[in-house]
Amino acid sequence: MSLYTMQQIIEAAEEKRTKISTVAIELESKETGLSNTEIKEKMTCNYNVMKDSVSHGISKIIPSISGLTGGEGFNLWQCKEKGLSGETILKASSRAMAVSNINASMGRIVAAPTAGSCGIIPGVLITVGELLGKSDEEIVEALITSAVVGKIIAQNATLAGAEGGCQAECGAASAMAAAAAVELAGGSPTQSGDAAAIALKGIMGLICDPVAGLVEVPCIKRNSFGAAQAILAADMAMSDIKSVIPIDEVIKAMGEVGHAMPVEFRETSMGGLAATDTGKALEEKLMKKE
Amino acid sequence: MNLFDIIGPVIIGPSSSHTAGAVRLGKLARSIYGGSFHKAEITLYNSFSKTGKGHGTDKALVAGILGMNPDDEEIRNAFDYGKDAGLEILFQHQNSNRAYHPNTARIKLMGQNGVMSIMGCSLGGGRVMIIDIDGFKTEFTGEFNTIIVVQNDKPGIVAFVASYLAEKNINIAQMKLSRKSKGDTALMIIETDETPPKSIKVDLKDYDGIHKTIVVPTV
Repeated sequence: MSLYTMQQIIEAAEEKRTKISTVAIELESKETGLSNTEIKEKMTCNYNVMKDSVSHGISKIIPSISGLTGGEGFNLWQCKEKGLSGETILKASSRAMAVSNINASMGRIVAAPTAGSCGIIPGVLITVGELLGKSDEEIVEALITSAVVGKIIAQNATLAGAEGGCQAECGAASAMAAAAAVELAGGSPTQSGDAAAIALKGIMGLICDPVAGLVEVPCIKRNSFGAAQAILAADMAMSDIKSVIPIDEVIKAMGEVGHAMPVEFRETSMGGLAATDTGKALEEKLMKKE
Repeated sequence: MNLFDIIGPVIIGPSSSHTAGAVRLGKLARSIYGGSFHKAEITLYNSFSKTGKGHGTDKALVAGILGMNPDDEEIRNAFDYGKDAGLEILFQHQNSNRAYHPNTARIKLMGQNGVMSIMGCSLGGGRVMIIDIDGFKTEFTGEFNTIIVVQNDKPGIVAFVASYLAEKNINIAQMKLSRKSKGDTALMIIETDETPPKSIKVDLKDYDGIHKTIVVPTV
């Protein structure tokens, strides 16, 4: 049987006193015919690509194809110990940007859930896993939890910037990462649901306004914020701060906000930052380079 | 939709539509042409033309034409590979053509099978659609095995091919016929669940009215 709401999945996990990832693996196995081991192995392949993109991205300044960005992840990584935000947030944020930098340089990434938001989930889970001394297998399970949250968002709202703005990409990734971070840290399925709701509420309404239509400005920095916010949302949920609005209603609201967004703010580069004087000047400059 | 559509696929960035989708379009064009070629003329339309350079759409299309996959890190060096293979590549731009989808490319290949023009669009999330082959309207995605039969527009051919597939236990998922005018050449596009037999081109060759059979594997 397919489950279509987070509430159903959370209840199933709470009832069996198990993790959301365990429920998700069982469901996936029933739907696809893959065994539990095959599902974990397949997700491990994705996790390995994530690890590679993180370590490559923080190791040096990698310019984007357009030349508009490069090195954001590397630069922030240099101040992870002395920065104001604290080491966990700084590590997660720089790793998130590092993966985005790899993406912008035509490197290999895992769409998570999209290419535009590909840094958030690896940034958060690799950092939280490292902080808590978790095994690769536990991080892979957390990735599966993030995937099932994303699936529910895709079914009941959208994951496409062209349909729902940045909230549907970086917002969804942040919610997915928050739920997975809670599971990795030993929180309950209910707390995972609250963390996802809190993270998604934090980014609700965010438009998609890429300068010159490229997945760079402001996307790379928004990946950093998505990661930082996911960790904060996980901490909130695990300190028993509840989301007043339940996760499924937050997801539905995000979809409705997305559909109500003017087309200028849905990946068309006709509004927001893309339509600023500087944004337009950069677009013109890049067009001339063609 | 499964969990690996959400966390995944593994692709070369920066954009699932403008990069990964472009590789798949190129790869489809390569299979549809089905022979060696020495020249490729690529026209980029609309968003593909405007933001293609920054997204590496041009390199991605060439990579696909050369047979690379969407997760190949060598995509960024596709032009060099093309040069090494002796492939002449020309690009043309049409910045705003309202008749076409925002992310459209026309790939014209020239080689042992003469000239063939294949047009497709990238629909988002890496999904693509081939919309035109040599002026015939088409609608297939490369998500299924695709059989293209070039034939005379006359009765009996569809039934013959369908019964051939039934005999081989191949299930038809979608099917579309396209012709320019009545009685002229027609294109039969069949998307199947199973992989068509290797002998299909030979098996169908001698039937009266069938000119050519092309098999396009999933991309």
